[in-house]
Amino acid sequence: MSGATIDPRLMVPRAAPKKKMTLSWSDPKFRALVWQVLIVGLVAAIVWYLSANTSRNLAARRIATGFAFLSRNAGIPIGESPIPYDPAVSTYGSALVIGILNTLKVAVVAIVLSTLLGTAIGIARLSGNWLIARIAIAYVEFLRGLPLLLQLLFWYTLLQTLPGPKQSFTLGGAIFLSNRGFRLPLLNWESAHSWALLGFVVAAVATYLYSRRAARLQAATGVRPKVLPVAIALLVGIPAVIWVVLGAPNSWDFPTLRGFNFQGGGTLSPEYAALLIGLSTYTAAYVAEIVRSGIQSVPAGQWEAAAALGLSRGQTLRRIVLPQALRVIIPPMTSQYLNVTKNSSLAVAIGYQDVVSIANTTLNQTGQAIEGIAYIMVVYLAISLSISLFMNWYNARIALVER
Amino acid sequence: MSTTTLRGATVPLKPQPATAMGSPWIWARANLFNSWLSTAITLVLGYLVVRFAVGVIEWGFLNAVWSVPTRADGTADTSACLNAKGIGACWAVIHDKYRFILFGRYPYEEQWRPAICIALFIALFIVSGMRRFWRRELAWIWLGTLTAIGVLMWGGVLGMQFVPQDSWGGLPITLILSTFGLAFAFPLAVLVALGRRSTQLPAVKMICVVYVELIRGVPLVSLLFMASVMFPLFLPEGINIDKLLRAQIAIILFAAAYLAEVIRAGLQALPKGQGEAADALGLSYWQKTARIILPQALRLVIPPLVNTFIGFFKDTSLVLIIGIFDLLTAGKVAISEPAWQSFATEIYIVLALVYFTFCFAMSKYSRGLERDLDRARSR
Repeated sequence: MSGATIDPRLMVPRAAPKKKMTLSWSDPKFRALVWQVLIVGLVAAIVWYLSANTSRNLAARRIATGFAFLSRNAGIPIGESPIPYDPAVSTYGSALVIGILNTLKVAVVAIVLSTLLGTAIGIARLSGNWLIARIAIAYVEFLRGLPLLLQLLFWYTLLQTLPGPKQSFTLGGAIFLSNRGFRLPLLNWESAHSWALLGFVVAAVATYLYSRRAARLQAATGVRPKVLPVAIALLVGIPAVIWVVLGAPNSWDFPTLRGFNFQGGGTLSPEYAALLIGLSTYTAAYVAEIVRSGIQSVPAGQWEAAAALGLSRGQTLRRIVLPQALRVIIPPMTSQYLNVTKNSSLAVAIGYQDVVSIANTTLNQTGQAIEGIAYIMVVYLAISLSISLFMNWYNARIALVER
Repeated sequence: MSTTTLRGATVPLKPQPATAMGSPWIWARANLFNSWLSTAITLVLGYLVVRFAVGVIEWGFLNAVWSVPTRADGTADTSACLNAKGIGACWAVIHDKYRFILFGRYPYEEQWRPAICIALFIALFIVSGMRRFWRRELAWIWLGTLTAIGVLMWGGVLGMQFVPQDSWGGLPITLILSTFGLAFAFPLAVLVALGRRSTQLPAVKMICVVYVELIRGVPLVSLLFMASVMFPLFLPEGINIDKLLRAQIAIILFAAAYLAEVIRAGLQALPKGQGEAADALGLSYWQKTARIILPQALRLVIPPLVNTFIGFFKDTSLVLIIGIFDLLTAGKVAISEPAWQSFATEIYIVLALVYFTFCFAMSKYSRGLERDLDRARSR
C-alpha cells in the first residue's frame, strides 16, 4: 500500500461471504432452522392445547373472561387499608389496588429495615471482639437455616399470645403492645409541619451544595472547610425556626384504653407487625453475608494505605472501604430486594391482605382464575422491573470508571 | 435464596490467630478486652448471653413437662402443662404428636415405610455428597432410590397395603417435594441454560429467556395458587391430577428456572477454548456438550447448586398455603387440637430443629466443598 489512496474495500472489515442455505442436513444453518421450527411449533402446540382446554372449561363453567368484574361490588372484608374502603360499596378494582398498596407498604419498610439491620450484623461479623462476631455468625446461620414461613408463623403466634389490651405492655403510657398489635401516638399534622418539612428539603439541598463546594475547595487548597456543623445547623435549624415561627404546634393523638380496645393513635396490626419483623430479620441475615463479603473483597492494602495516610478507622471505612465494597455489594443486594418483595407474598399465610391474598379471595369469589393470576404476575413483574431498573442505575453510577 | 461466594480474598479485619499465642488469658485480652469499649461490650453481651442461656435451660429442661396423663376419653390431660405455661416448656405435646408431625395421616401400622423412606433420602443425600460418586452412575443411584421410595410410599405390591397420596404427610412430603423437584428440574434446567446460551437458535433462546424471567419474576406462592386453581382448567374435562402432583409440577417449573441461571453461570465461566477445541476435534454439538462442556461447567457450580437446593428445601414449606400436608402443615394441624392449642411454640421449636438440621448440614457441606474446590483450582 504505497499509493496515496487506499482501496476503500480494505478499510471496512469484511464479513465472511454469505453462503446460500442448502436444503441438506449437513448445513448447520438448515439444521438450526429445522430445530427452531420444531421447538417453536411444539411450544405453540402445547400453549394452543392448554388454552383450548381452558376456554372449553370456562365455557362449561359459564365464566366470562375479561375484566368486567373489576367494577363489581367486592364485599371482601379488608382489615387494614391505606385508602378508604367499605366492603358494602367498594369494587373489586379498589380491593386489588389496596392489595398493591399493602404489598408496597410492607416491602418498602422491610427493605429499609433489613438493610440497616443486615449492615450492622455484617459489620459485627468482622468485629475484633470475638463475642460480637460469634453472636453475629450465630444469628446469620440460624435465621438462614429456617424456612421464612415457619418464622412468620412463629412471630404471628408470639404476637397473638400477648395479653389483651387491658393488660398490654406499655412504654411510658404512650406505646402499647398487646394481642391487637402495636398502638403508637400520632402527631396531629398541621400546616406548620408541612412547612417545616419543606424547610428540611431546602436545607438538604443546601447541605448538598455546600458539601460540593467544600470538596472543590479541598481540591483547590487542600484544606477542607468543616461540613458537619454547617450541615447540622442547616438541617435542624431551618425546620426548627419555621416550626417555632408558625406557633410551634405540638399536639399528639395518644392511644387510650376505652372498654376492650384502644381509641386513637396509630396501629400496626399483629399481621403487619409479624410480617415486617419476620421479613426484616430473615432478609437481614442474607444482607449481612453480602455486606461482609463485600467488605472482605476490599484488599488489605487499602486499609493499610489509608492508615498510612493518617485516616481513622471510621474515615477509612466510610471514605475508602465502603465505596469500593459497594460495587461488590449492589448486584446481590438487588436480588435480595427482589426476594423481599416476592417473599412478602407469604402474608397470605398469616392473614395480611397483600396482592396475592386479595387476588386469591377475588379469584375464589368470581372464578376469574386467569385474570387473578395475570394480575398477580403483572404486579410482581412491574415491581421487580422497577427495583431492577433503579438498582441498575445506581450500580452504573457507583461503578468503577475505567479508561 | 442466593448467597455470594467469595474466593481467595484475604481477610483484612481478622486478628492474628490468637490461640497460637499461648494462654487463654492472652487470647481473651486480644479478642474480648482489647479496649475500654470492647470490654464494656463484652461484659454487656456476655451478661445477656448468660441470662438467655439460663432462661432457655430453665424453660426448656428444668421446668419442662415431659409427659402428661391421658384421660379416659383418650384426650390428653394438659393441666400440668397449663400450670407450667410461661415458666416451663410442654414437651409432652411432642411426645404425644411426634408420629403425626413426622408422618401425617399415614396409616399408623404402616409408618415404618415412610420412616425407611426418610432414611433412604438421607442416604441418597450423603452418597450424592461424596465426590467418589460424582460420575454417571450417580444418575442410576438416584433413579433406583427414587423408585424404591415410590414403591414404599404407595405400596400395593410385595404384600404392602396400598396407601393413596391423600394420606401421605409430614417429613416424607417435604423430602419428596424437594428431592423429586430437584431430580426433574435439573435436566430441564440444563436444557434451558443451554438454550439460553445458544447463538444458533434465536427463537429457542427467546423462549428460554421468557420462561426464566417470567418464573423468577413472580413469587412461588402465586405459582402454587396457579397450580391449584389453573391446572384443572388447563386439562381436558374428566382428567384430574392429584393436588400433590400439581404442587410438585409447580415446584419443578419454579426450581428449573432458578437452577438454569446457576448452570448458565457455570457455562459462562468455562473458557471459550474448551468449546472451540471440541469443535476442532469434530465433535457434534451433543458430544461436545455432554463430554466436554457440562462435566466441567457443572463442577464449577456445585456450591451454588447446593445453596439453591437449600432454598428449595425451605421453600417447599410454602405448600402449606395450598393445604398440602408437609412437615410444617402437620405441625400446624397438630396444634389445632383443642388440648394442645396453647403450645404452638414448642411445636415450632421442634419443626425449626428438623429444618435447621437439614439446612445447616447442607450449608456446612457446601462451604467445605467450596474451600476444597478453590484449593484444587488455585494450584
